Amino acid sequence: MDADSLHYSLELVAGSGNILNTEHRTALQTSLLILRKNYKFNRVLFWGKIMGIKEDYFIAQGRGDDELKDKKNLYSFNCMDWFLLPPATIPMIEEVSKAATGRFMGDASHVYENTILKKVGDEDEVEEELVKTTEEHRLAVTIHLIDDESSVIPRGAFIKNPHGFVQVNRCFEGLTESQAAKLDSFLHFRDPKTLKKKSLLELSELNQTIDFLDLLTDDVPKGMWSLQFENANKVLILRCLLWLGMTFYHVPMTPQHGYIYIGDGVRNLDLSFML
Amino acid sequence: MDEHRDRSGDKMLKSSAAFKTFLMKNSQKSNMNLYDHLTRLLLKVMDEQPNDAVDIFEDLSYDVKRGLFEDTKNRLRDLPHTTLAELLAEQQRLLFTQQEDTEHEDELVESPLPNINEIGFYLEQAGVGLGREEMQRIFLALKQLVDSQPLILHCRLWGKILGTQSNYIVAEVEFKDWDNENEKSDQAAEEEQNEARESEENEVKKTITLVMDQLPQSTYKPPPVVPKEPMGTGSNKNVYYVCKEPGLPWVKLPSVTPAQITVARQIRKFFTGRLDSPIKSYPPFPGNEANYLRAQIARISAGTHVSPQGFFHVGEEEGEEEDEAPRDSYEVNPDFDGVPVSEMVLSLSMWVHHVQHILKQGRCSWINLAVKPEEDQNEEGEAEETEEEPDEPEPEVGPPLLTPLSQDAEMFNTPPWSTKISSTLTSQHAVAVLRSNLWPGAYAYACGKKFENIYIGWGLKYTGQGYSPPLPPPPQKEYPSEPEVTEALDPTVEEEQVLEDALEEQQAAPEEMENTDEEEEEEEEQELDND
Repeated sequence: MDADSLHYSLELVAGSGNILNTEHRTALQTSLLILRKNYKFNRVLFWGKIMGIKEDYFIAQGRGDDELKDKKNLYSFNCMDWFLLPPATIPMIEEVSKAATGRFMGDASHVYENTILKKVGDEDEVEEELVKTTEEHRLAVTIHLIDDESSVIPRGAFIKNPHGFVQVNRCFEGLTESQAAKLDSFLHFRDPKTLKKKSLLELSELNQTIDFLDLLTDDVPKGMWSLQFENANKVLILRCLLWLGMTFYHVPMTPQHGYIYIGDGVRNLDLSFML
Repeated sequence: MDEHRDRSGDKMLKSSAAFKTFLMKNSQKSNMNLYDHLTRLLLKVMDEQPNDAVDIFEDLSYDVKRGLFEDTKNRLRDLPHTTLAELLAEQQRLLFTQQEDTEHEDELVESPLPNINEIGFYLEQAGVGLGREEMQRIFLALKQLVDSQPLILHCRLWGKILGTQSNYIVAEVEFKDWDNENEKSDQAAEEEQNEARESEENEVKKTITLVMDQLPQSTYKPPPVVPKEPMGTGSNKNVYYVCKEPGLPWVKLPSVTPAQITVARQIRKFFTGRLDSPIKSYPPFPGNEANYLRAQIARISAGTHVSPQGFFHVGEEEGEEEDEAPRDSYEVNPDFDGVPVSEMVLSLSMWVHHVQHILKQGRCSWINLAVKPEEDQNEEGEAEETEEEPDEPEPEVGPPLLTPLSQDAEMFNTPPWSTKISSTLTSQHAVAVLRSNLWPGAYAYACGKKFENIYIGWGLKYTGQGYSPPLPPPPQKEYPSEPEVTEALDPTVEEEQVLEDALEEQQAAPEEMENTDEEEEEEEEQELDND
């Protein structure tokens, strides 16, 4: 969620159970401003918290000119000193998915090791291979995956300008309450994957400037998102059941929206059993 | 000459009249005509006298055309649409009414209502909570609950369980005494249901037996059902009430049975938010979502309700039974001085469980199912010592009450608890926070003499990498093949003949038993020779 609106939006997502200490909140207000100045971001968001066994990581995200592509992630233990995370590349994602198991430790230099069995050539010989990765890489990859699979925006909140840059839509006035109660008014904030598979008939009805992202209703399994009104039915809350802890909020008829992840950074693989 | 001029004038008049009628012809598309339009336009220019009218002439023309369509009064009106927020606000208004018959004397008596504002403040320091306004609404809703039920001894906010369609706010209540109508009405309701079901089954059976012959009766006896613990003991010590939003009525959850706990340990399901929705799972859950919710609440309470060591101590009335019966009662220790926060954060042995552990059987106190009904009158302790049969089930023993957390087992390579201090900058006034890694969402805080537990989460245990549902049981073994049941080939005619002759000989032999043996032998030999 935007650093400027942090002091009131944290109350709106408090229904999920995790809130920030007053001390952390005030520390974030100060340090995120300093961060924005130092790294020359357009906007700084407080992305969330990943809870490790010994320590928790506070994650911030800085956005550049293109909101979709220019993203930089930073982590901190005390909301004051921030460290830049490397961008997640495909070989890094593969390495982390092979090596890292269990929960986050809370120590950025912790090394995960895993021996996997690999077949050598055509024979039946099996070779053991040791795969290693550090917790920093795991953190970068986890944040990337969570953003990829569960970051949400209401339809119309971001527009694509003629240069192809995705920017905040300053004329967005919020969804109406009836629109907000339907899951198909929300889009994934990532490079579209299912949009290209739509038929030409469906594509012709879409508006090029705001409908350039995937719909949430195209997600499999169908019950992955839980849509509720909370806080005396004033705020619309979307919770992702695949990444438990991801909460998106939107106040209908106002432009306030945002998402935050507070959880242990582990994908919920049992989702199909649990629905 | 005048005629010529008149004629040309007439022609001009005629052509101008024709042109005027042409101008006044209504357009087919818009039902307007050019004459009226130009009239209106020039009148507008006359009225407004704009500068450079010739440059904005087209815009003026458009404005005049547009002006014809505006209707000053909108004939259609929107129905006032009640939003969800307005509906809830009507119900939550009742939270804020003050009862007029409360006397001021009640303030002196200890109220079972907890001070949620204070708890909310400490929880906020710990980083847990539901937001200030929501906590305030829950506070008022708990007050309504306490006022509506007169026999409450203790009331506590247990926490919040998130569901896919709506959430549950759970309150834990301990009643003063259990011989009241609550228990009876529960039992009566259950008995009525059982009777109704049985009478239906009997009727069905009667109709079937009238039509067909008696089918062979099955000798299968299902394994004995573990009886549920009586109200006020073990996992049924407290009664839980849930509501969807503060302000909506509180619903009482049914008491939990050991079978429900055993199945709840094997399944993994999200809550939907409706208490009557069925749970489709394998193994099949005996009950609906209300029962599943109650079972999970029981498991979470047994696993994560902790207190600083010394806050509770075992009552001193136990006497000789301490060795055999598990301790199930504790009292608040009046001499508790509070443990400094730094010690609470450093070592887990300063925290103890104050809720009994649930055994594998599904109950807190083990019951021996193999005991015959006659021997039930003995105390369980004596029965275990005297019976020495080899197939006696071993009694399950759990850790006794008030065991420190340092003895909790580590599962899936993660320690079961994480401790933290709420603030490193102002540690003199900080709060010690304990977070469970087995039940994500369970928190406990302690600060001086105050402590509290809360659970805000999805109601699911951490099961390591992945959940694999239990496999179906192996198929039943076939009956043992005894010679009576095995098929044999039918004997051929020759074999039957031989058998018949042998039988005749045997029948003939006893008749001559009265004769001497020699004669029998001779006769037998003779008969054999004859064949």
